[in-house]
Order: sequence, then C-alpha cells, then structure tokens
Amino acid sequence: METLLISVLNGLVYGMLLFMLASGLTLIFSMMGVLNFAHASIYMLGAYLAFTISQFVGFFPALIIAPILCGLIGAAIEIWGLRRAHQNGHIAELLFTFGLVFIIQRVVQMTWGMLPMPYRVPPSLDFPLFVLYGSNFPAYRGFMLLISAAMLLSTWLLLKKTRVGLIIQAALTHPHMVSALGHNVPRVFTTVFAGGCLLAGLAGVIGGNYQTTEPGMADSMGPIVFVVVVFGGLGSLAGCFVASIVMGMIQTFAVVIDYSVADVLRPLGLAISGDTLLTEVLTVPVARIGALLPFVMMVTILFFRPRGLMGTRDT
Amino acid sequence: MLLVRGLFATVIAFSLGIAARPAAAAEDTIKVAYIDPFSGPFASGGDEFLKVFGYILQKVNADGGALGKKFEVVPFDDKLQPAEALIALKNITDQNIPFVMQCTGSNVGAALVDGVSKHNARNPDNRILYLNCGALATELTNEQCDFWQFRFTGNVEMRAAARIKALPADIKKVYLLNQDYLFGQSVQHDTKKWLEKLRPDIQIVGDELMPFGKVQDFSSYVAKIKASGAQSVITGNYNRDLNLLIKAAVDDGLNVRFDTYLAHLIGGPTAIGSAGENRLSSVTEFHPNVPVELNKPDAEAFDNGWRANHDTDFSEVPFLTMFQMLAKAIDKAGSTDPMKVALALEDMKATDMVGFPVQMRKEDHQISMPYYAAHFTKDVKYDSEKTGLGWKTDFIASSEDLTLPTTCKMKRPKS
Repeated sequence: METLLISVLNGLVYGMLLFMLASGLTLIFSMMGVLNFAHASIYMLGAYLAFTISQFVGFFPALIIAPILCGLIGAAIEIWGLRRAHQNGHIAELLFTFGLVFIIQRVVQMTWGMLPMPYRVPPSLDFPLFVLYGSNFPAYRGFMLLISAAMLLSTWLLLKKTRVGLIIQAALTHPHMVSALGHNVPRVFTTVFAGGCLLAGLAGVIGGNYQTTEPGMADSMGPIVFVVVVFGGLGSLAGCFVASIVMGMIQTFAVVIDYSVADVLRPLGLAISGDTLLTEVLTVPVARIGALLPFVMMVTILFFRPRGLMGTRDT
Repeated sequence: MLLVRGLFATVIAFSLGIAARPAAAAEDTIKVAYIDPFSGPFASGGDEFLKVFGYILQKVNADGGALGKKFEVVPFDDKLQPAEALIALKNITDQNIPFVMQCTGSNVGAALVDGVSKHNARNPDNRILYLNCGALATELTNEQCDFWQFRFTGNVEMRAAARIKALPADIKKVYLLNQDYLFGQSVQHDTKKWLEKLRPDIQIVGDELMPFGKVQDFSSYVAKIKASGAQSVITGNYNRDLNLLIKAAVDDGLNVRFDTYLAHLIGGPTAIGSAGENRLSSVTEFHPNVPVELNKPDAEAFDNGWRANHDTDFSEVPFLTMFQMLAKAIDKAGSTDPMKVALALEDMKATDMVGFPVQMRKEDHQISMPYYAAHFTKDVKYDSEKTGLGWKTDFIASSEDLTLPTTCKMKRPKS
C-alpha cells in the first residue's frame, strides 16, 4: 500500500513533466502535421540556459527568462527556417528539424562542454515537503507539480477563452478552412511554434535540476515524448494529458513489478523451464523491460486506433 | 522514417570520419590509433581521455619516447558502436598504423579483439596490436582472450574482488542493481561470486538488472531498495544511471551506502555533488589523494600539473603505465613490428607512477595492478571536479591480491 501511494505520487510528477514537453509538441504536430524532432533539444537548451542564467540572477528569474529565450529561439527557427522548408513539403520540414537536433546538440556541447552541469535545486526548495511512510516527498517535486498544473490551466484558458485560442483551435482541426477565411496562418504557426518551444524550455528549467543537465538529456527524453503525442492523439490536449500521466505511471509502476509472463502462466498449469527459444522472453521480469512498455503501447494503439486515445484526426 | 534516420546517420558518420582523419605528421612519429566515442551521448568520455592522452604523451615523449621517436595519438570516432569501430579499424590498418587503443565499452572491445585477430591472420605483413585500456568485461581475457590483445586495466572480476574486500565489516545486507548489458551483467555475476567467496555473512536482499540509460525516474527503485532493508547498494551503474539513482535516494531520505564500481568516472562527482558525501564509494585506479596518502611528491606534482589546466581529475594512471610499457617494449624489440612488440610485452614487469609493481601476464595478456577503494568526503586535500568533496582511500588492493586465475587458452601465432 505504501509503495503504491508513493509510486502514484512519483508517477504523477514524472507524468506532468512529460506533459509539459508533449503539450507543446502536440500543438505543433497537430497544426503543421510535422513531428518536430528538435523539441527535446529545446528542452535541453532550456535546462542549460536556466543553469547559466541562475548563476547570475538566481533560479526564480531564470524560471521566467529561460523559457522566454527558448520561445524566441523557436520563433526564429520558424520564421527563418521552417517557413522556407515548409514550401517544399512535409518531408523537407521533417528533415529540417531532424538536422536541428544534431546542430543544437553540437552547439550545446561546444558551448557548455560534454560534462554534466552542477545545476541544483535552489536551497529555498530543497527540503522535504512531507514524510509519507518514512519516505520524504521533496518540496521541489511539489513545486514541479504546481508549475505544471499552472501551465496546464493557463494553456487551457488561452486556448478555450481567448480569440487567439479560437483561431489556434480552428487551425488544429481545419487548417485549410482557417487560411481560407483570411487569417494570417503563418503568424499562427509562428505563435504556436514559439509557444511550444516556450513550454519545452519551461520543462527544461524544472526538469534540468530534477534530473541531470547533460548533452545526452535530449536523446533520453526525445523518444518518450513522441510516444506520448502519438498515444494521446493528434490535436487533443486532453489526450496528451492523459497519455502523459499514463506513461509516467507505467514507467514508475513497471519497476515495482517483479513478475514475468511465466509467473502469470504458472497458476494455469503452464510451467516454463529449460532452455527453449522463448524462455528468456517469458521469464524476464517486467521491471527489467519497463522502459519498453510505452513503445509497446504505442505500437498497440496505432494498430487498433490509429488516431490515438482522443485524437480528432488520423495520424 | 527509419530510412531517413539511417540516411542521416550515414551522412553524419561520413562527415565525422573525414573530420577525424589526421593531418599528415610533419616529423616521423610512432602512431597509436585511438578508437572511442567522440560524438553521441558517450562523447564526454572519449573527449576527456583524448585530453588525458595529450597530457601523458607530454611526459612520455619528454622522457624520450621510443627508438628516439615521439608518440602520436590519432583519434577515430566509434560512437560506442562495434560496427563503427570495425570501420575505423579498417581505416587504421589501411594507414599502416601498428597500434590501436580503445578505452570505452566492452561490446566494442569484443568486436575489436575479433576484428584484429582476423585481420592479423589474413595480413601477416600488416599486423596491428590492440591495446585495451578500458573494455572491462572479464571474458575478454578469459574465454575470448587473444594473442593480439593486451589489457592494461583491471577487468571486472579484479574490480569485484577489490570492491568486496573493501566493504565495511558491519554491512550485512546488500542490494545489487546493474545495467542490463554486457558490462552490467558481468558486474552482477562477479559481485555475487566474490560476495560468496569473501563475505558469506552478507545477505543479498535484492538483485536486479535495469534498462541501460532508459530509466528517467529512479524513485521506484529507491522505494524497492528501502523496502528490502539493504544497508548498501552495490552497483556497476555509471553516468546518468548512477547520478539519478543517488539523487532519487537523497530526495527520498533513504540512508544507504552506495558502493559503486565507477562513480569516480568523469562527470560523476559533479553530477552527484554533496548528495554522495560519506555514503558514496568507488573502486579507482588512482585518485588525486593517493600521492598525498602515500607521500609520493613526484606523483603529486604530476597530478597537479593536470589540475592546473583542467577542472577534472587525473585518475588514468593505467594509461600512463601503458605508454611507458609500450615504449619499453618497442625499445626492447628494436622496432614497432606488432609481433616483436607483443613478445616483448609478455611478462613485462614495471612500476607505476605511484611506485607499485605491475606485470603483464603472458598467459592471458591481462595486467595485474593495484586498486584503491575510496569514499567521497570533505576530509581530503584535493577535491574532485571542484565540488569541495574528494576521494579518500579506505583500502588498497595490491596487484598480488588481484592476480586471479584465468581460463584463457591462447592461440599463439607461429611467427
């Protein structure tokens, strides 16, 4: 029971971090029809910028400045890069963002070096918030939950209650109609791309010291975010939210499960022993392959429901 | 999509391959090719080692090099991929470079042992010698041993023996957590073997393999460790797999020791920081406080020469020993012919920078060398990576202690 509750909390924190990253990506993906490969790289950039800025002015100003910088970088990428590539079709855009991944990675390595940065949780948040069955729940995780919930609320308000949101929403589901109605669709694209990058940057600021700030952080976060977006469904922020929480929970809970397929089959009278072709596959505990589960789920959902959990359009 | 990815990887591999090609040396040098990751997620290791080799070569070349010539290291990027390493090996043999070193990754090491062996069998007039400076899997000098490979660093089993010998006597319950690939499994196997042999009083309360480099949130592992009642986590994890684990444990308030194999690796102290104070230990080849503890001013001066220009630690004494032994072997052989040098290296005795004896065993081409088990504390003269904390030796496992039996049945070439 105690492990369950702690795992739920930890899964929630990780899921919300995923959501911050994935929400921006899902907006961009839905609108432009292009997976922005460089999204996780912006996340990394956010963490590095926050580290550098926080050395001069402290963590809390960095929490504001770094995401804004990331948003500006995103806007620049869209205006001077993607917009040109867009004229040559989706593949060109895709390849463009794919190239960006390597360029940003290299720029980060050349600017900050290859080693992890000593980017730490600010002292004012570095204490246990409460103790649960003898385990500390760090205040910083509570802070992360707070930030991501605030972000969720403000994104929702922006999309549902403002005129800008109205146009963005329309562009999500009917991009051609919106442009036919005479809206400045390129500007909407820029806004969404910059907004998505801003969210990724924000995730980087609070994820960078929750995990470690190092050149490999984009590679480790990239694939799982794509899974969340595809699983959640195109054009659906709610689906993205559910998918993030589900993925966060799955990864947290899988570690706790020490059973394998063989253990499930045993009560049914199917004992697996010896050295058959399938022994390894059937006896490996779930904990050992936990990181694989999100990908299995993505493949499954693409098979049975190609538009994702709550998607409005086919992928 | 996959096609696109592969295409890009190829283009990039190609461009980097060209970039890594050396400029023609102006003077006549003894070239030593160096294969390691210089791009991708593990680039920090290769990049750092390359700087270390630069520093070591200053000394070795100032001491006269070999045959009156200077050594030159020629880097090749393998991205920690065996296939890339074999392409690099082809490139190296095409350039007639007689020596190749590789210091990261047992999977790459295994591919190189095999690749070098085949190449030498097919091209007796263009042979090459593989100097293993960091592929640690024990198998490489046991079942997979080869005449053309010399390992200048301790294998996993030697490290495991030192690791278990250094465990405090009051530890009774341990938790094993390792990465699910060749190295992690090797650590898991050898740790259990030596626990059984040396510390039968210790109970293994958890034994687990985790996905290599894929876990983002370690709090569930921490919950499991806590539930098991372990006093110490023995782990071969390194890089983020270790840093995140320790971070999660500190956040949780879990009070256990982390008895690791590789926490002292570059970047580890920075990422872990004060979270590891007095609870983190590692098995090192050397650390900056060894010369202080053993009162060796020469070694201390050499280490300070590195610290003056770098934020990282110099702990790669085996690399220095390797070049010193190689220079001695080339001088003894009178040429850089890999066959003659290999024969000269066999059973060679030497003294490392600190003054301890080391020896290259003829039977399996495995060096015997001392290990320093140390813990991470504020109570040291030299801190690590400017963190304010550094390594303090708890236990020295001598090279006799770590001379272990081998199962190697080496095939020796006739000429």
